[in-house]
Parts: sequence; structure tokens; C-alpha cells
Amino acid sequence: MSTLLELRGVEARYGPIKALHGVSLTVADGEIVALLGANGAGKTTTLRAVSGTVRHSGQIVFEGKQIARGKPDAVARAGIAHVPEGRGLFTQLTVWENLRMGAYVRGERRTLRLEAPRVFKYFPWLERRRDQQAGTLSGGEQQMLALARALVGRPRLLMLDEPSLGLAPTVVQELFRIVKELNADDGLTVLVVEQNANVALDAAARAYVLEVGQVAIEGDSAELRRHEGVRKSYLGY
Amino acid sequence: MTLPLAFTWTEFAQQVTSGLAAGAIYASLALALVLIYQTTNVVNFAQGEMATFTTYIAWTLMHHGVGYWPAFVLTLLIAFGAGVTVERVLIRPVEHRPEIVIVILTIGLFIAINGLVGWIFGPEVKAFESPFPNRSVVVGGVSISIQDIGTFGVCLGTVVALWLFFRLTTLGLAMRAVAFNPGASRLMGVRVGWMLALGWGFAAVLGAIAGMMAAPTVFLDPDMMLVVLVYAFAAAVLGGIDSPVGAVVGGLLIGVVINLLGAYVDFVGQELRLPTALAILLIVLVIRPSGLFGRVVVRKV
Amino acid sequence: MRRGITPAFRGLLLAATVLLIALLPRFTSEFRLGQFTYVGIYFVALLGLNILTGYSGQITLGHAAFMAIGGYTAALLILGQSGFELLGHQASGVLPQHGMRAIFTIPIAGLITGVIGCLFGIPALRLAGVSLALATLAVSVSLPALAKRFEHLTGGGGGLSLPLPHAPFGWDVSSPHWLYYEAWVCAGILFVVAWLLVRGRVGRAWRAIRDGEVAAVSSGVSPAVYKTLAFGISAAYAGVAGALFAIQVSYINPDTFPVTLSLLLLASVVIGGLSSLSGVIVGALVLEFLPIYAQSPPILHFHFAKQAGPVVFGITLMLIVLLIPGGAASLLGRIIRR
Repeated sequence: MSTLLELRGVEARYGPIKALHGVSLTVADGEIVALLGANGAGKTTTLRAVSGTVRHSGQIVFEGKQIARGKPDAVARAGIAHVPEGRGLFTQLTVWENLRMGAYVRGERRTLRLEAPRVFKYFPWLERRRDQQAGTLSGGEQQMLALARALVGRPRLLMLDEPSLGLAPTVVQELFRIVKELNADDGLTVLVVEQNANVALDAAARAYVLEVGQVAIEGDSAELRRHEGVRKSYLGY
Repeated sequence: MTLPLAFTWTEFAQQVTSGLAAGAIYASLALALVLIYQTTNVVNFAQGEMATFTTYIAWTLMHHGVGYWPAFVLTLLIAFGAGVTVERVLIRPVEHRPEIVIVILTIGLFIAINGLVGWIFGPEVKAFESPFPNRSVVVGGVSISIQDIGTFGVCLGTVVALWLFFRLTTLGLAMRAVAFNPGASRLMGVRVGWMLALGWGFAAVLGAIAGMMAAPTVFLDPDMMLVVLVYAFAAAVLGGIDSPVGAVVGGLLIGVVINLLGAYVDFVGQELRLPTALAILLIVLVIRPSGLFGRVVVRKV
Repeated sequence: MRRGITPAFRGLLLAATVLLIALLPRFTSEFRLGQFTYVGIYFVALLGLNILTGYSGQITLGHAAFMAIGGYTAALLILGQSGFELLGHQASGVLPQHGMRAIFTIPIAGLITGVIGCLFGIPALRLAGVSLALATLAVSVSLPALAKRFEHLTGGGGGLSLPLPHAPFGWDVSSPHWLYYEAWVCAGILFVVAWLLVRGRVGRAWRAIRDGEVAAVSSGVSPAVYKTLAFGISAAYAGVAGALFAIQVSYINPDTFPVTLSLLLLASVVIGGLSSLSGVIVGALVLEFLPIYAQSPPILHFHFAKQAGPVVFGITLMLIVLLIPGGAASLLGRIIRR
């Protein structure tokens, strides 16, 4: 498998506070990688550095090219879809208009015609409720819509930030089932940040554990499940 | 309260229709203010002066033998370019500074354009051609001037066209998305800066239309849009400064109400229309600060 | 705040400025003196505006309207019923029978305008940001119409001509000199008042409100009281300035204080520096002299049209906002510190 995304010694700061102290990781084409860690370990900041919503130093290489610094729109056009914390939906727009925005990166109309049917296969209920205002959906539905919106743009890399946050366990199961299906069907590459290590390790082939802005542990999911520190700190057994 | 006119329903209907025509002009400029408020979060005090300037451009074109409608279209294009340029050159560098800074910048622009218009074109009042014949049509006993119908049609036509643009086109959707959530729009690959500039461009176009429609009746002078701006401002605030629908409804409402007050309430007459309208508006605002259609923002204390 | 400038140095600077103002009439023509009288009048108006906008953080586009109220108050008191009727109007009963000496009308104009300002400040409490700007702009735009409509109070569009001002009490001072000292003594007193207000408890409360109403409330400051107070004081300053203006010109009409003056005043405060009392003097100088020098720049030997003034003014304002966030005051501070 070829490397799709590579971070080498990435640092980032919010004003005077340093959030990342040199993070290095790779994501290969077609794999699901999980990013685990406690609150404030720098998981979200890592995704934000990649998508350009926070400035970084160090190297981030995507498909062999340096990524544009601090230019989220350019990063999105390069094929990285970032579903941020809080989902970033347009709550005043309808479900369909949100999907249209998802297709914006590749030219709305043509992309939507090609991709919408494919996405509706995974989320059949979205089609029935396409004219509903996004803000009136339930939390789980909003998370699904955010995922669907990202998929419509046919990204090379999907980055999910805490998709399980605030959702019922059954909804979380459903969400990760769809992510796995997408990965199996289309070879979608996913980098997912999770506090819920159990569910993330189920879906991911490999994982990184961040501690205070650095990668502390990395390895196969199965390997990490056996790792004593990971078990104690993140899996709870 | 004395009635200066013997009250008849036909007279009343005539006052309403001419109020609607004036209201459509206020609505256009109010919509321009709202467009900018939604994206940049400030009121552009120079909106009226930008409109005045473009109306003078239309006048100059016509003065040099260009026909009315070609001059009209050309003016809209120039206005669009000017609006985009103002955003890129003046507003962009202060985008992240406090609101008061941007407001003061637009006031600086107001002063500069107002002076520039007087400098280039002179302070004397000029006549401005109307594209519509100076006749009336009688509909059901009510005589309506074609001038009023035309003004209403052009302004509301523009508003509808703009509405369709925002609903149906990709660009329109992206502009709305930016207004609601610029951060998420950026993640969708939208060049947010350019969407803001486009917003200023469209606002300038709306202003130019308001200016060219107002000019035949108020005549051309450097301060011609000042009163229109205050009415438009009032309309936008009345409707809710973040609501395009509110701006249009507010504009029409203000046009009709002040026309009726001026015609039927002796005390108000011609001179006190503006103060009366504003007094009413302030009362509305004190009762409902977010306007008729605005989102109610709960202040946390 | 201003590191590097010791209180002693500031005191020296202040003393030098006072001396300069006091001695200026010895060195300058009566024409120039007239211009510096306007600087003094603008200084008073800008002090008030800076209290409202700079310290309590409320934008107003209606400052000229409050100047107009002060100006009309002074004019009507100077004329009295008898003088008013001489101009061919039916006088209203609220006026005193005979006219007053001009100098006594100044504090009265300030008080009355201040009270009106407070009354206006109460509904303005409900209006924040945009709505407040609209309300004040509306007052400014409406005032000429109101003045024309209520002719029996204001003399209508024709305006009111006042007797030429003289020094009172038989003092042997020429009229331009008298007006100059009158304006600058008012300016001096009001500067001290503003300084005391701003550095004291009231000033702290204003700044707390400006920098975050929530925090101010939780620290026990009532925004309603202090915002209304700011409105009232700012209006009182405008009233005094308007009275001085009417006396200086010895004429007033509905267009003496146009909307554009409100805008130029706000612009001058920003050019001088928001929440800087010493910047106000720069703002006042700019307001008086920039339009004059813009027409015929002293170095370029080139004459622009009269309308160039506002253009240069607007562009200067925009450049200052874009390039020097703190206004002239911060620039001076930076230079002195070096």
C-alpha cells in the first residue's frame, strides 16, 4: 500500500500555548487509522493542522506534495474532507443544500448527479428528508448527514473528529459500520479521532495514541488492544 | 386629526401604490445593507453614496449619447466591479478588527465619495431621465402612474432575480453557506474571501438600481441618497438586519406607511415624514430589538 | 499604559500647550484667530464624543444634532422674546422676555442639551450597535426638517441672526480675541472635567462596560446608569460646543449642523485616537485645517477645487484606520517613547 498522508514532526500552537510537539504519523491509501488519546492530547489539533484550520510547522505531505498551510479551502480541493468537531453543518440550510455544499469542491452539479445516488445507498433516509432543515435533525442524523456531505465530494482522505461524541451506542455502531462498509466497498481512506477507543479499534487497522502533543504508542489495532497501558488508560479493562 | 383630502378609496389606493414604488427603492437598498451585514457583520454606511456615484456614472453615459437601457446595464456592471474592489482593497485588511473599525472605515468611504461626487460633477442639482413614460393607467378606477409601476417592477424584479440566484445556483448557495458558517464553508473548499467580495458586488448593484430608480423623482445631487439610505436602514432594521425577506417587507411597509401618513395626517405633511417614520421605528425597536423577521439573540448575563 | 512618559513630562507638555494657546493671539492675525476659535469649539465637541464613543463604546452619528440643540438654545436665550419678534416671528411663551448675555447662555445650553441627551439615552439603552447608529443618524437627518417645521421656535429655514458678540462687563478686548478666549476657557474647564471623569470611578465603569458588558454587570456596575450618563455628558459637551458655535458665527439655521458634521466629528475622534483625551486636540486641528489645506497643499503649489477637502478627509480617515489603529495619539506616544 502506498502512503497517502504523512506527518513529519508537526508542531502547532494556539497563541502562546503549544498543542503539538512534533507529531509524526502515516496513513496508507485505503486504510482506516485511528487517533486515540485523552482530552487535550492534541488529536483534534492534528486534524486541524492537516486541514489548515490551524497553522503548523513541520511537514505534512499528501499524495507526495506539501500541503498548503493555513488554507482550508485549498486543502479541501486537494481531496481531504474534514468533518470537524461539532460537525460543521449549515443548520439553516436543508439536507439537500448541505449535500450540494459537499459536492462544491468538485463542481456541484455533475458531482452531485454522480455521487448522490451512491451516498443515498448508505443513508436511504436522507433522500426522503432532503428538504428538511438540517438543524432540525437529531444528533445522530446530523452526524450521518455530515458524513454523507463529506462523501458526496468523493474525498481521497476522510478525517472524522470524534464522530461518536454525544451519540447513543447503537447510533455509534451504525456509524462505524457504514465507515467500514465504505472502506471495504470503495477503498475509502479514513483518519478518525476518537475518545471511544473500543469502537475505533474495532474499525481501524492501525492506531496512534497521542499524549501531550506527541505520539506515545503506535501499532496494529490488535497489538494495541493487548498493550497494557492502552488497556488501562483507554479501554478500561 | 384633520384630513386634508376628502377620503376616498381610490385616492387611498393611489397613495398605497405610489408608496409601494418608493418602498421598492428602499427595499433594494435595504437588501444591499442586509447582504453585507450577513457576510461582513457591519452596516455599510457608504452604501448610499456608492449608489449615488454609480447613478452619476449612468447620467454621464447618457449625457454622452448612450441609450437608457445600455447605460443602465453598463452602470450595473461598473457598480459590481466597484463593490468587489471596495471589499478587496478596503475591507479585507480590517476583516478581523473590531466592528467599530469597519464601521468607521465605511464612514470614511462615505465622506470621500460624497466629496468626490461634488468635486467631479459639481454641487448643482441635475435632472435624470426616466425610462418610463410620464402617463398613468387606470385600473379599476384607480389611476396608477406608469413611472410607479416601472420602478416597482425593476426593483422587485431584481430582488426576485437575486433570490433565484441564491436558491438555484452553486455560487448563490456557496454565498449563503458563507453567511451562515464561514468556517465550515472553508472546509467545503469555498474561497470565502471571494464570496464576501461578491456579496459587496451584488450589494453595489442593488444600490445602483435603487439610485437610478430614485433619481428621476429626487433629482441628481451629491446628497440624493442620504434620505433614501436612512429609510433603507430603517427598513433593514425593522425587518431584522439579518433577514433579506425582512428587508424587502420592511422597505415596502415603510414606503406605504409614510406615504399614507404624509397624505392623511396633517401634522406630518411633507416635512415630518422622516422624523415620524423614525419615531415609529424606534418604538418598534424598543419593543422588539431584533426586528420583525430577525433572529432573536438572547443576551447572556 | 503609556510606558516611558512620566507624569512630570506629561505635565510639562500640558503646561506648554496651555501657554501656547494663551499666547497665540499675540502672534497671529484675526483671521487665523477665528480659525483657532473653531479648533477650540471642535475640541469641546470632540471631548464629548470621545467620552461616548471612545470610553463607553457607543457609536453615535448624531453628535451634530446635539450641537444644534445647544446652538438653538443659546440663540433663543440671547434673542429673548423681544429679539425674536424683531426678526418677524411670533415668539413662543417659553422664552424669557429680554435677551441674555451670550456668555450666560453657554452653561444653560449645556445643561438643557445634557438633559435631552439623557432622555435620548434611555431608549437608546435598548438599542445596541447597529440600531443605535441608526437612531442617532435618524436624529441627525430629521433635525433640519423639525427645525423648519416648528418655525415659531426656530425661525424656520431663514435662521436666526444674533447680535454681534462683544466682550462683557466693558472689558477692553476686541471681539475675535474675546471669542477666542471664551471658547478656549470653556475648552480648558471641560477638559479638566473630562479628565477627572475618565480617570475616576465613572471612567473605570465606562471602560468596564465597553470591554464587556457581562463582566461589568458581574462586578456590580449598572450599564444602564452609566451608559445613560455617558449619553447625557456627551450631549452636554455638544450643547456647549453648539452654543459657542452659534455665538461665534452669530447666526444659526437648520443647516448649520448638517449630518456630514456628525460624520466628520466621528472621523476626527478616530483620527485623534479613540479613548485618548490628548488625541482630541489633534482631531480638532485636523477637523478645522485638513479641509483647508487639502484645497491648496502648502508644499505642492497646486490648487484643488473646494470639494477636495472632504475627499482628502475621507481618505485620511481610511488610511488611519488601515495603518495606525490607535490614531494620532498612539503615533505621538510611540514617537515620544523612542
